[in-house]
Amino acid sequence: MSLILDVQNLKTYFHTDYGLVKAADGVSFQVNQGEIIGLVGESGCGKSVSILSVMQLIPIPPGRIVDGKVLFEGQDILKYEANGLKMRAIRGAKMTMIFQEPMTSLNPVLTIARQITEILELHLDMDKQAARERAIELLKMVGVPDAERRIDDYPHQFSGGMRQRVMIAMAIACNPEIIFADEPTTAVDVTTQAQLLELMMDLVRRINTSLVIVTHNLGVVARYAQRIYVMYAGRIVESGPSEEIFGNPLHPYTIGLLHSVPKLGEKHGVKKLVPILGIPPNLINMPPTCAFMPRCQYRTARCAQEPWPELRQVGNQHYISCYVDIRGK
Amino acid sequence: MADKPEPAAPAIDAVGIMAAPPHHSEWRRIARVYFSRKLYLIGFILVMLLFFVAIFAPLLTPYDPIKTDLTSIVKAPSAQHWLGTDQLGRDILCRIIFGTRTSLLIGFSAVFSSAAIGMLMGLTAAHFGGWVFALIMRITDALMALPGIILVLLIAGLVGGGIGVVIFALGFGGIAGMCRMMCGLALSVKQNDYVMAGRSIGMSNWRIMLTQIFPNAFPPLMVGITMGIGGVVLGEAGLSFLGIGVEAPTPSWGGMVFDGQSYLLDNPLLSLAPGVAIMILVFGFNMMGDGIRDAIDPRLRGVL
Repeated sequence: MSLILDVQNLKTYFHTDYGLVKAADGVSFQVNQGEIIGLVGESGCGKSVSILSVMQLIPIPPGRIVDGKVLFEGQDILKYEANGLKMRAIRGAKMTMIFQEPMTSLNPVLTIARQITEILELHLDMDKQAARERAIELLKMVGVPDAERRIDDYPHQFSGGMRQRVMIAMAIACNPEIIFADEPTTAVDVTTQAQLLELMMDLVRRINTSLVIVTHNLGVVARYAQRIYVMYAGRIVESGPSEEIFGNPLHPYTIGLLHSVPKLGEKHGVKKLVPILGIPPNLINMPPTCAFMPRCQYRTARCAQEPWPELRQVGNQHYISCYVDIRGK
Repeated sequence: MADKPEPAAPAIDAVGIMAAPPHHSEWRRIARVYFSRKLYLIGFILVMLLFFVAIFAPLLTPYDPIKTDLTSIVKAPSAQHWLGTDQLGRDILCRIIFGTRTSLLIGFSAVFSSAAIGMLMGLTAAHFGGWVFALIMRITDALMALPGIILVLLIAGLVGGGIGVVIFALGFGGIAGMCRMMCGLALSVKQNDYVMAGRSIGMSNWRIMLTQIFPNAFPPLMVGITMGIGGVVLGEAGLSFLGIGVEAPTPSWGGMVFDGQSYLLDNPLLSLAPGVAIMILVFGFNMMGDGIRDAIDPRLRGVL
């Protein structure tokens, strides 16, 4: 497996009226070819900002990518101008994105046909007729019924699930190397969620692309992701293979997350859900110490004195950023 | 609806998926929505009528709109002169017919040029933001700070009168308003996810402006544009009154309204008739504008 994307020490800060928000503060992650990665964390922890930064879609100002490298196929694409020719040639062709809100991610005044053929004409230099045929083929691939006719409809004539299928079709249109899916199933109901996820996984395997799923839904990543990165307050706090994270979580935050998810099959009343006490920290003017410390039940005196710990290896491909060794506690 | 045949039951294929309704081309969809509303149809007919009159003016009247006839001055309506004659003995109906040309020419050229320039400025300002936004907005502030009529007088003073100047002056005066409207609409459209989605598929700035922002911001502006045509025709009337409008013998509705006001007691038709013509034009274009806005915006088409 070859490395496709290597994000190193990415720092994206936002300058607001209230102070500096360190939305992504030294995020590093790697994606291998054909791999499915889960990026997990609660709302506001910097998941979306991290991937938007990788694609250079952060609105500047107020945002700014302060530091870090994004090596894509060996090239540091952060060096490219955000809206320059080189970056545009990557976005949509080699690196695509599926957004959270299918209801608003499609241009309401253009037909589905226009929106899909746009990408094909932009990146693959197809002529109108070829692009249209390919677009119909794509719609069939993502399971839009009666694609030949529906292609001339407008987004408002599609349901949320169908629109998300269109978004998926647009994301795979140019056989990208990597797809970012930013909470792709949050806005649709559970049955549609399952269908869409199965569809995505199927397509990803078929065209052999990598997929990064950003989500707060542990169930989604448990089933599909091969490796998982857990984020908290702008940093990766634990990473490792899926089985390791779910079977042997070692960061207090990951443990808390897993305890707060209901599991099927457990007898009612036997085990209560354990919430993570407290609230996520305000990202403005963060203390230099571990941001999870105030909520952590394993904290020690050392945590209050020393800066946020670097990631350290605790197992095969398993890293945590914590001073405490929880094993056995 | 009643005279249409009952639609056939939708075809259902083997796996139970209902077939979509028949597909119509974009133009047919627009036309269907537009013509399904009576008021818009009336607007369309009025505008077409005006164009017809403007094109075939010489065939519609036996008189010459410019030649004076001092033997029949300010005559009441008669069999020869249906709306009477003016202070120089010219047939009023004839002058109104030929005036259509002037009014449409001025209305269209002034509004479309100011709309094109204003919208481009507004889009650019909204899309790029930062110093581009500041610069363009200060320019429009400066344009808006000058009272319109002074601006026009200034231009007329510098380059003299005539149709060209009227078009230039009225068009120039409309730029700031168009720019402001477009900028405001574009700024709100810009917040939408599909603009970000457009970026994520590698569209360039210009492409995003033209395919994502412009088509979404344009429909509400359509009303402003067609209403602007009526406004410009009225503006031309004001300029004629100040003596810097369309030059004397060329018939223009605005000029006729003001020429006729000295004879209101002798023959009110002198002012009234061109006034009604202006009213018809303004009404027709406003209705057409509303209709086009509803028809080109797929979200407002209502029916599937």
